[in-house]
Amino acid sequence: MSRALLDTLMTAPYVARFGVRLEVKGTELTGVLPFDNDLVGNPLIPALHGGAVGAFLEIVASGSLLLSQPLQKLPKPIDVAIDYLRPARAQDVYARAIVARSGRRVANVRAEAWQGRTDAPVATLHGHFLITPESSDPAPVQR
Amino acid sequence: MDDDIQHRLDTIAPLIVDGSPHAVALGFRIDRLTPGKAAMSAPYSEALIGDPETGTLHGGVITALLDHVCGMAAFGGLGAKDTPATLDLRIDYMRPARPGQDIHAEAECLKSHGLVAFVRATAHDGDIDDPVAIAQAAFMITRASKAAQERAMKAMRGEHPL
Repeated sequence: MSRALLDTLMTAPYVARFGVRLEVKGTELTGVLPFDNDLVGNPLIPALHGGAVGAFLEIVASGSLLLSQPLQKLPKPIDVAIDYLRPARAQDVYARAIVARSGRRVANVRAEAWQGRTDAPVATLHGHFLITPESSDPAPVQR
Repeated sequence: MDDDIQHRLDTIAPLIVDGSPHAVALGFRIDRLTPGKAAMSAPYSEALIGDPETGTLHGGVITALLDHVCGMAAFGGLGAKDTPATLDLRIDYMRPARPGQDIHAEAECLKSHGLVAFVRATAHDGDIDDPVAIAQAAFMITRASKAAQERAMKAMRGEHPL
């Protein structure tokens, strides 16, 4: 695990601003996005902003990567695909991620967010992240 | 037809940011809004940094901006009557945004028919030919219940919490 980088991830101004927490129990990580009116995207429903939920899933995916192995730098998203399954209501959101594959440069991660029931997810994310494992060969010399 | 839509878009334009607490929190601005096209920007803010080492904005700001601008293009593309909900959003992060630069996003509704709209968007920090991220999204019309709409209008006037 990369404890120092997990701290860096969680103390980043954006992450702290929206109160995201990562609860680590052994090798399992659950993200918590506490409800805040500033997260609401559409007050008519009311539903949380899709961007806020997507960003939260991305943070949980990065956190899970950092927990799964020692990395030299924060994972950088290459691409993400987010499916919105239900409106995220004005309540706390939780999320967990699975590292589907982690190579020497790229990791493939799936994450799922839910509110009331784990079997009724509000959104899922599937993404690729650029990673720098500590054991990997040094980056090619730039000429 | 487009004039009608443009008129509705002009009427609703002030609410596109002000009516969305998350867009307000991120400081979004609406730049242009025509039927099926939208442009918005997110000002650089130290409070929204994602990587303290480099000072780049958090990817979440770009995710939210792209979702919002795509939603606006879909809203106009679908006739500017009903609120569209995001079905899916795919983002390719081409390069990190430059620290200190505002992010601009432009979206275009490629196709809409009745219930669903397909949208493509580009986010850049000054040069649209050198994008920070590109996105493709699909939206579907949702019809908020009348009670929910009244509740939201009251909440927006500060009469009661959501």
